[in-house]
Amino acid sequence: MSAEAATINTKGHEPSYLEYKGKHTGILGWILSTDHKRIGILYLISLSFFFIVGVTFGFLMRLELLAPGRTIMDAQTYNSIFTLHGVIMIFLFVVPGLPAVFGNFALPLLIGAKDVAFPRINLMSWYLYVIGGLLAIVAILLPGGPADTGWTFYIPYSVRTNTNVVFALSAAFVLGFSSILTGLNFVTTVHRLRAPGMSWFKMPLSVWSFYATAWVQVLATPIIGITLLLVIIERLLGVGIFDPALGGDPVLYQHLFWIYSHPAVYIMILPAMGIVSEIIPVFAHRTIFGYKFIAFSSIAIALFGSLVWAHHMFTVGMSDTGQFVFSLLTMVVAIPSAIKVFNWIATLYQGSIELEVPMLFVLAFIFLFTIGGLTGVMQGILSIDIQVHDTSFIVAHFHYVMFGGTGFGFFAALHYWFPKMFGRMYNKKLAKLYFWMLFVGFNVLYFPMFIMGWLGMPRRYYDYLPEFHSYHVISTIGSWIVVPAILLMAYNMYRSVFKGKIVTEKNVWGGETLDWATDTPPTHENFAEIPVVSTDPYQYKMNEEELAEEEVS
Amino acid sequence: MSSTDQVAESHVHRDDVASRMGMWLFLFTELLLFGGMFLLYSVYRFEYADQFHIAAKELNIILGAFNTAVLLTSSMTMALSIVAIQRNQKTLSLVLQIITIVLALFFLINKYFEWTAKIHHGIYPGSEELLSRSSGEILFFGLYYVMTGLHGVHVIVGMFLIAIMARMTRKGIITHNNYVRLENIGLYWHLVDIIWIFLFPLFYLIT
Repeated sequence: MSAEAATINTKGHEPSYLEYKGKHTGILGWILSTDHKRIGILYLISLSFFFIVGVTFGFLMRLELLAPGRTIMDAQTYNSIFTLHGVIMIFLFVVPGLPAVFGNFALPLLIGAKDVAFPRINLMSWYLYVIGGLLAIVAILLPGGPADTGWTFYIPYSVRTNTNVVFALSAAFVLGFSSILTGLNFVTTVHRLRAPGMSWFKMPLSVWSFYATAWVQVLATPIIGITLLLVIIERLLGVGIFDPALGGDPVLYQHLFWIYSHPAVYIMILPAMGIVSEIIPVFAHRTIFGYKFIAFSSIAIALFGSLVWAHHMFTVGMSDTGQFVFSLLTMVVAIPSAIKVFNWIATLYQGSIELEVPMLFVLAFIFLFTIGGLTGVMQGILSIDIQVHDTSFIVAHFHYVMFGGTGFGFFAALHYWFPKMFGRMYNKKLAKLYFWMLFVGFNVLYFPMFIMGWLGMPRRYYDYLPEFHSYHVISTIGSWIVVPAILLMAYNMYRSVFKGKIVTEKNVWGGETLDWATDTPPTHENFAEIPVVSTDPYQYKMNEEELAEEEVS
Repeated sequence: MSSTDQVAESHVHRDDVASRMGMWLFLFTELLLFGGMFLLYSVYRFEYADQFHIAAKELNIILGAFNTAVLLTSSMTMALSIVAIQRNQKTLSLVLQIITIVLALFFLINKYFEWTAKIHHGIYPGSEELLSRSSGEILFFGLYYVMTGLHGVHVIVGMFLIAIMARMTRKGIITHNNYVRLENIGLYWHLVDIIWIFLFPLFYLIT
């Protein structure tokens, strides 16, 4: 860092947040810092660690499924591995993912603030995240082994199994707290700290989606908190709550679990949609199409997304009315998502599109998310759901939405804000290479799962019938493309932080939002003077004809 | 802690509206946390109405009512302590805060005797006595212990928080023109109170 510090200081800039000297120096200057940008970087590092761990488990699962029967592990190990993969990827990567890393880093920049509303609570939520993460993986080392229940912890198995379920449950509980605190912080930040002149409809669209996400985090997470806490109490103290042997109702557990966990998928996808809305106008050089529709669709998704949870449970024997209502609402929630997709495409239409790396990830997002989203609507149809329930069709759908959607959104955001974060540029050629590897590998890995699932391949089995063999082989080969691509990305990012080409210009991509008005990397205080906002976001000069017309009239 | 405070200093600005908003959001999450359990309670009570009725007869209404009165009074002293600090009556505010803590302690002692009496009669999770009873009764006492237990944890947390507030008041950190912390802890304390107001009839008065 020192070389960089010298370069910048000789130019007479104020020190950036990376070299800012507070009360503490060295590592303490980071882990005790309440600067939202530093906390964002802390999250980025810890999230990347857990992401790689999760990827490793996923890779091992694919390897096991290369051939029928036992390949590299026994059934019990496989059960633990898919549980760990799920718990780590869901609770430690995709749920916190975009808000914790990019929300923290960029939200205050986007609204022209110096920090979030509660900087110390923000730091506390990172500590809770780390504690939760350690709880999730420490069980691997303990006798009894990690949980083997799947990330859903369904009753009654989760109170009967002898594995260390309590650790996984407490991990999810603590991570829930972390998530709530982030949400609470962001809601208050958006309400209180917008720069003067930034009315609600002058906010960048990613702020809208961070805001909607934050509300879901605040309102949905307590439900899973109490539910998991009750399972912990039930396991440790034998209190009768869900266990059918004591009169409890396991289906009630499923309801409570999904009351959170369905909105949680919108916690995962909404910020990614926000990032997409942010990146498209920059690289299409065009004002976003249908600003208000995109903004309100975020709120609509948050609202309707909270009312569809029981579509995960069509096979438990609900009433016909219940099934009908939940099926209908599931279709309804697809509408605001589709509105977003149409608006993005309309923005791209006649834009002068620049295929920079973030834009590539965004375009892949739209493609993959559309497949994931439409198969989601299929599953909302009762008759189809009975056929594909608990098959790898669901796994494919979920990964198309969560990896193809949120994952690619995360990568897009990373490549978009990376120069702003570190004042360095990554290797773009390498980035394009691994983008294509990821995109192709992703489809090779997950598309066969749609077909297998349709034909009846159940999920969460370490073994399968010979007829599914060729699909599994293709899928596993896909994982051999995806994993190297991810490793290349990690290498590129790591290397570029220290050795990438130095970037000092403020506006790296030609964006119109306030984050690009700060120094690169931003100073400790972000803005020397709080900016005053007078125009709508995304005032691009593209569509010069329209502008000319405006001038004429 | 103090060192992090100092680092934070340049960042921290005072915004009472934001503090209050943050507290209300937190209280929402608390309500939802208990809401999950109230949902469980209502489903199981619907399923096992008669057995809940029988089980509730074993709870001591007098103790419960006494505790309700204690907690309501503590809410009042808490509210008064805020009014006192607003009027710059520091000592009075401090005394009222301490009375609140003492009342909370009363509540817990009472609760302790209530629980030990139950346990003495063999009614506790996993006990032979309880397991020999009907599903509805097992669930009733399961929920009774969990819900009043979690509420008790909130009372303990509240006591600590009010104690911190009392210390801050004494040191002059909380003053008549900077009392948002005390106000927020007051809000929390009223939430603890309100949850008890629902717990009391649901467990004690359904006979």
